[in-house]
Parts: sequence; C-alpha cells; structure tokens
Amino acid sequence: MTPWLTIIGVVPLAGALVVALLPKGRDLLAKQVALGTSLVVLALTIAMCLDFSTAKDAPRFQFVQSYDWIKAFGVSYSVGADGIALVLIALIAVLVPVVLLASWDDVEKLDADPASATGKDAPLSLRRSVKGFFALLLVLETMMIGVFAATDVFLFYVFFEAMLIPMYFLIGTYGGPRRSYAAVKFLLYSLVGGLLMLAAVIGLYVASTRQGPGTFSFEALAALDMSHFTQGWLFLGFFIAFAIKAPLFPFHTWLPDAGAESPTGGAVLLVGVLDKVGTFGFLRYCIPLFPWAAREFAPYVITLSVIGVIYGALLAMGQKDMKRLVSYTSVAHFGFIGMGCFAFTTQAGTGSVFYMVNHGLSTGALFLVIGFLIDRGRSRLISDYSGIAKIAPTLAALFFVSGLSSLALPGLSTFISEFLTLVGTYTRYPVAAVIATTGIVLAALYILLVFQRTMQGPLSTAHAHLKDLRGREVAALAPLLALMIFLGFYPKPVTDVITPAVQATLQDAGTTDPTPTQLQSK
Amino acid sequence: MPTDIQAPSIAYLPLLPILIVFGVAVVGVLIEAFVPEQLRRTSQVGTALAGLLAALGSVIYLAEEGTRRLVAEAALAIDGPTLFVQGTLCVLGIGSILMLAERRLDQSGGEVVSQAANLPGSRDDVALAESTRVQTEVYPLAMFALGGMLLFPACNNLLLMFVALEVLSLPLYLLAGLARRRRLLSQEAALKYFLLGAFASAFFLYGVALLYGYAGSVDLGDIATATAQPGKSDTLLFLGIALLAVGLLFKVGAVPFQAWTPDVYQGSPTPVTALMAACTKVAAFGALLRVFYVGFGTAGWDWRPMMWVVAILTMVGGAVLAVTQTDVKRMLAYSSVAHTGFLLVGVIALNRNGLSGTLFYLLTYGFTTIASFAVVGLVRDSSGEATHLAQWAGLGKKSPLVASVFALLLFALAGIPLTSGFMAKFAVFKAASEGGATALVVVGVIASAITAFFYARVVVLMFFQEPSVEGPTVAVPSMLTAVTIALGVAVTVVLGVFPQPVLDLAGKAALFVR
Repeated sequence: MTPWLTIIGVVPLAGALVVALLPKGRDLLAKQVALGTSLVVLALTIAMCLDFSTAKDAPRFQFVQSYDWIKAFGVSYSVGADGIALVLIALIAVLVPVVLLASWDDVEKLDADPASATGKDAPLSLRRSVKGFFALLLVLETMMIGVFAATDVFLFYVFFEAMLIPMYFLIGTYGGPRRSYAAVKFLLYSLVGGLLMLAAVIGLYVASTRQGPGTFSFEALAALDMSHFTQGWLFLGFFIAFAIKAPLFPFHTWLPDAGAESPTGGAVLLVGVLDKVGTFGFLRYCIPLFPWAAREFAPYVITLSVIGVIYGALLAMGQKDMKRLVSYTSVAHFGFIGMGCFAFTTQAGTGSVFYMVNHGLSTGALFLVIGFLIDRGRSRLISDYSGIAKIAPTLAALFFVSGLSSLALPGLSTFISEFLTLVGTYTRYPVAAVIATTGIVLAALYILLVFQRTMQGPLSTAHAHLKDLRGREVAALAPLLALMIFLGFYPKPVTDVITPAVQATLQDAGTTDPTPTQLQSK
Repeated sequence: MPTDIQAPSIAYLPLLPILIVFGVAVVGVLIEAFVPEQLRRTSQVGTALAGLLAALGSVIYLAEEGTRRLVAEAALAIDGPTLFVQGTLCVLGIGSILMLAERRLDQSGGEVVSQAANLPGSRDDVALAESTRVQTEVYPLAMFALGGMLLFPACNNLLLMFVALEVLSLPLYLLAGLARRRRLLSQEAALKYFLLGAFASAFFLYGVALLYGYAGSVDLGDIATATAQPGKSDTLLFLGIALLAVGLLFKVGAVPFQAWTPDVYQGSPTPVTALMAACTKVAAFGALLRVFYVGFGTAGWDWRPMMWVVAILTMVGGAVLAVTQTDVKRMLAYSSVAHTGFLLVGVIALNRNGLSGTLFYLLTYGFTTIASFAVVGLVRDSSGEATHLAQWAGLGKKSPLVASVFALLLFALAGIPLTSGFMAKFAVFKAASEGGATALVVVGVIASAITAFFYARVVVLMFFQEPSVEGPTVAVPSMLTAVTIALGVAVTVVLGVFPQPVLDLAGKAALFVR
C-alpha cells in the first residue's frame, strides 16, 4: 500500500525548505517553487482519493501507517484517513494552490502601501520577506494535513498546536494594521483551548493505563470503558478546545479580528481549513471517545450552535468592514456545522461534513473576491465602495456567485449540505432546526445587502480608475466556483465517501437514526 | 587510653567527576598565582574546559558501569539520578564557561569587571567599564561553584548537603557582583543574593538539626527508616521538613522564596546568570528530589499538601509576575520561577515517572535557558546589553537569524509542540496525573497559557513591530558563544522531535540508591 498520507504531508514541508533556502532576491522563483509544490500535492491527493475504497467492506481507516515514535509515552506515528479526513485533506490540497495564486503579489503590495509602516522607501532589508510568506503557507499545509491524518491523539495534539505558529506569523507579519493584536489574540485563544485539551489528553492516557498498557491510539481509546464522571470532564477538555477553534458561540470573539487582519490568503486557510479542525474534532474525538458525555451534552451544544447561527448572522449584517462581515458569516455557518455534528443522525452528520467542505470553497471564494476588491480600493469598509459592477463586471459577477453560494442557493453545493443538515437535525431536534432555518433568510440579507451597497448604485469618482480582475485572479477563483457548481448538481462522489465514516462515528457514539433516512443505502 | 579512630574507607572512583572538577578549580587558583598575565585567560579556559570534559567522560564511564552505590560511609550516593544530573551539569557548565570566555561582544573584552571592589559610580569605577584589563579569577570561582553543584545532588547526608550548598553558593554570590556595566545593579544583586541566601542556608541548617533530633541521624536512609516507625515526634519531623524545604526551595526559586530571582538575574553578568539559571536549578532540583524521594518518600502524606501549595503559587505567581516585566532578563527570571513550579509538579508525582520526567525536564530546560541567555547577551547598544524589552522591537527585521533563534527558544519555554519544552512538560504532567495530582495538572496548563502570553509578546515585539533607528545592534559572537547557542538550539529541536533516547536514559536513571 502506498503511504499516501506521509508523502502528501512531507512534500509541502520539503517545498517550504527549498523556498526558505533560496538566495535573497529570487522572489519569483520562490513563488514558482511554492506553487509547483502545491500542485504536486494536489496531484498526489487526487491520486490518493482515486485509491480510496468506498466498497462496503472497506476498512474505516485507509492508507494506515503506524510506527513507534516515543515509546516512553506510548506514542506512535500513526496516520490514516477515513472519509471525513479524506475530503478535508482534499479541500486543503485544492485551497492551497488557489491561495498561493491569489496572493502572488500581496507581499510586495503590502510593502508598497504608503499606509504600511515600512512604506515604499524602506530599505530592502526591512521589507517583508516574500519567500517567508510562501514558505509559511507551505509549512501550514503540512501541519493541516497532519492534523487530519493523525490517528494517534498525541500526534494530533502536536499538529493541532504546532499549526498555530505558522498562522501566527502569517497574521502578525503580513496582516492588516491591527495585525499584532489579532495575531496574539488568535494565538492565546487557541493555546488556552489547546492546553485544556492537553490536560484532557493526559487524563485520557491515564484512564487508558487503568485498562492495559497506556496508549494514545485512537482506536484503542475509542474502545475504552470510562466512568461517566471521567467522560464528562475529558469531553469538556476536548470540547472547549474545539469550540474555540471552530469557533462556536460564545468562543468566537477571536475570529473576526484574526479573519479581518490576516492577509487574504491566510484568512482563506484560517477560516476555510484551520477552523474545520474544531468541527472535525467534534466528530473524530468528542463523540466517539466520550459517547455518553456527547449524548448528554448534545442539547447544550445544539443550543449554542443555534444561537451562533442567529447571532453570527445578525452581527454580520451590522458590520462595516467586509472581512469582518465574512468572518461573522462563518460564525453562523459553524453554528450549522456544530448542530449537524451533534444531532446524531446520518443525514445531519453527512450534511455537516459536506458543509465543512463547501464552506471552505464558498467562504474561500468570498474572502478572495473581497480581498481583490480591497486590494484595488485600499479600504475594507463597505461604505467606501459603490457601483463597482459598472467598471469591474467580472469581479461583481464572481462576487455575486460566491455570495449566492454563501447563502446556499439551490444548484450550488452549499445548498445540499445546509439542507441535509437541517433535515437531519429536524428528525431529532425539530425546534432547533426550525430556528436555524431562519438563519438562511438572514444569510440572504447580509449577502445581498453588501453586494447591493458595494457593487450597485452610482459609481463614485474615486473608484473610476478601478480595474477589473486580472487573468491570474480569475484563474484562482475559477476552480472554487467550478467545484461549487459541480458538487451542487452531483454531490455523490463526496457524500459516498463521507457517509460510511459518519455512520461509523454514530456507531461509536452508540446512537442510531431515529427514522430511516434517504441516504442510508440498505 | 586513646581509642583508635578508624579512617573511613572511601571508594574514590565513583567520586571521580566531583574530584576532577574540584581539582581543576584548585589548579585554577594556582594558575592565578603562577602563570604570567597574558597567558592566564587561555590557560584558565583551557583547564576548565578540559576538566569539565574529563568529568563528563568519567560520568559517562560510571553510568556505563551501572554504578549504583553509597560511598564514603553512605554520605554520598552515586546512582542514576546523580549521574544524570552530573552529566547534564558538565555539559551546561561547558556552555557557561564558553560564555564567560567570550571576548568579542563587549568592545572592552569580556562581561566581567576587573576590580569589583571599587565604589560604584566613583571615577575609578567608571574607568573600569572601558578598561581592557581582563580578570580571570572567575574561572576557578565558576569551577568551585560547579564542583559544589556536582556534589549537591549526590549527598545522602544532610550535613554534607549543607556543605555542598555553601560550596556552590559562595562563589555564585561573588560572581553575581562582577558585571562590567551597571555596577550598582550588580553589587545590589550580589548583596541581595548573599543576604537572602545566608538566611536560607540558616533555615536549612536548622531543619537539619531538628531532623537530627527526630531521627537521631542526618543520614537520609536513617531518616527514611525513622519515618516508617510509629511513635516519633511528628512536630520535629514537620518542622524539620518545612525548614529544610525553605533552604532548597530558595535555591530553586520557588514562590514565596523567589524574591531574589529577578534582581539577581538582572544584575549579574549574563554568563553568570546563565550559569545560575541553568546549572544551579538543575543541581538544586537534584538535591530536592533526593531529599524528598529518599528521605521523606514514605512520609509523602506529610509534605505533599505543602508542596501542592508551593507548586501552585510558584506556577501561577511566576507566570503572572512575568507578564508585567519590561526587562528581558527579569522576564526570563520570572519565567524560570514558573518553570520551577512545573518541575515541582513532577516532584509531587512521587513516582518513578515523576522522577524521570523531572530529570528530563531539567535537561531540556537547562539547555534552552543557557541558549536564551546567550542570545540576550548578543543584543547591545553603546551602554552594554540592551535588555529593555522596548529596545528589542523590530529585531526580526534587523537580524532575522538571531530573532528566529530566540523565538524558537521562547516557544520551547512556552511548551509549544515539536520543541523539547513541550515533551518535558508533557512528561511531568503525565507523571503527576498518574500520581493522582490531576488538579495540579489543570493549574499547570492554565499557568502555561499565561506564560505563553509573555513569550508571545516578545515574539510580537521582535517580528511584528518596526525597528527604531537608534535601536540596539546585534553583536557578532565568536565561536565560543555561537557554540553554546548552537548546542542549546540543537538540543531543543532534537529533543522536541526525537526525545526517545534521552527519555530512555532518564527512565533508566530514575532509581535512587537507598
């Protein structure tokens, strides 16, 4: 068997090393190497996905590798992918080249911006490093793949925490005016959650030593028999970490700052992938490892999720800053995903995993379009724009499609996931599903309002010189939009991969669907 | 009729590392007396390094032999923990000596003043700052301190432990007062350290006396036997443990005995601070582990509640106080207080994993710390080291390499995965959780989060802020400091990714001879 996951994980790291070691001044080469590396990863990931078996008797985890790493702690280097991890890794592989392409000149522009503290005339040595930016993005890719591929809780934790460092530098070095505040806030929120999880990871290990040799292996831990008291506390340790990461209301306050101040490419990966680690963690760790606690806490989690759906949407409507707006829409979307995870039905689970993928595509596209707009208009405020569609029709059109995808228009993939999540939740928690549905209406409001204010109306003279999207920018957006439309009409390849993994998760949780569902192939 | 006094038979071989280092220290004194001035520095540094290497070699030899025995009438225990600590100390000692020998950073050649007794601020004293005269007594002083440190964790007899404590402390009091620049601060540091240290030693000695009253012996083995027997005076035992703990906790810098740490760390010459922060802590924890595991191991119920309180205060207090610091050395001082708290969590575990985890933590912490102080010594302006945090703004743009190295070390201190600091923290927290101290682990992770805040703040300063025009420059070190930094960084990274061999070593070493 090909060790796909290790190869895919190592390639970006090697690419990052090459980029970092290139001599000074070879910026273009650095960009090309980085893009090339990410395309290689994409090609390898496609090959891996084709190799993934969806046969009925296929094992849950495929491409499994396991080697002893730290014997003294009972830690192993164990990787493997179930359907959920596979689609998320595929999402990373798609997003990274898109982000690299979209951020091609971002660092130079940042330094050329007179508002930036370095300024145009800054000596070369004080300018931001271009290859540093691209190397950090590639390192981040390795960490993100690792976090989804790990099947050893310790290894997962290592990636979970180590992932923060490249993102921290991306925000802090290449971000907007309040970047250092946002970077520190991001780091500290995540670290606090991560460290609580560390206590829980240790607790889990100690619990495992009471029933045999201590281990961090996911499958061994999932089979563990724990008291309700232990489960409750350990669940909370993991849950808070993931809820901060996701972010679920009321742990979301870091996201608008981090999302708004990151460079656009960083924001896409932050909201598109990093945050998914939280909801992925719900499904992979919180529910199978602590089934009793997960069932017990589910109503509370669903309540928080529904509050997040409404609260995020309302706040998004009130934002003046476009990047903050998109960040708040994500809070609403993560409410949907969290609700789907804890509804304990196959439909809702499949829907929420598919939602994770679609949210990565649609919010990624939205962030990129807005990033292109901000790049031209030099302002993040909605009120600074008007009538842009007249001079930049392509930008406006792509903005519109991305926006529609964010509000889950039928025909786009987001609709399917949102629908599945709501239907799946309804069978168990009808009230929650009904309230969450109003979130769709609110979504239409916040997206269409921002589109109307910026793209339509009279064109202000200040923006008369504004240019439409360039080829490179369209090329970056095109794959995302194509995937959204394709999966909107034909989601089967993805849902087929997800469903067995979700069913296995529900089995671990000891729950069954309350009513027979459409997707369950009998 | 006079009775014959039996001379104790002493096996000298297990004492070889200690004897070598003391021997080299004495040779150092002779060099001061007989070698002409221009050759002194070279010969001092050469002998010191050769001595430490030889000591390291003999430690490795003894460890290979599997030495586990009481020597000198059970006054000294040469066993796994002793040898592990001694080996760590030898390597860290080499790093400290290399830093002391560095001449390129300060334009006048060296961090140490040539005549420490001048009145601070007087004309003679001001002239000294620029004087190129070199003083070389620091090397024998450092070697005596290191000798005491090698002896300290090996003591199985409380009276001998007191002697070791004094042998390691007295040279350090002197060394603290030898900074070339900011003389007043340095002298204050020396005096503070001496006065408080003397108090702590007195407490220690009083504790020894009470324990003698309790057990009728100052031998740790006898005390352990006594604690297992019923019908003894618990008052003497409790008071004895408490007073003894004061002396030891002072040396490791635990709250509420930490007050000296920031002042002394800030005022001492940076190489001496590195020696204190890395080596003293390792040695003192070696002794602390022996006292509490061997002497009071069976009386765990009597001292663990007290240690819980101290550990919590130390972790939280160190972390919170560090947040408010504006000086790099003071911040690292409080961070070392917080780390003392994490180490105490390992001590409280009171099981074999706790012992091996603490030993592993000591090693990783020592290397990370010594490299951090070496980096601090590189950042300078016209008046010497630029230790004010505001001066570090934008360092990442001026000298990316130094700033990246420092950021890595700070992340290791914060316990971010893929650095040795994470593995070490994990080892002690895991052991404590296994030992039933889960609540302590929760406090520990919260304190870790607070420490992460101020480490991250320094990274923000270095990388995310613009450098000021008249900011400090980064001096290019000679091989001496570069080797120290490289060693620290290499250990930090390698043990963060492949800690297994050293964890095995610590695991094998983690057995006291009784």
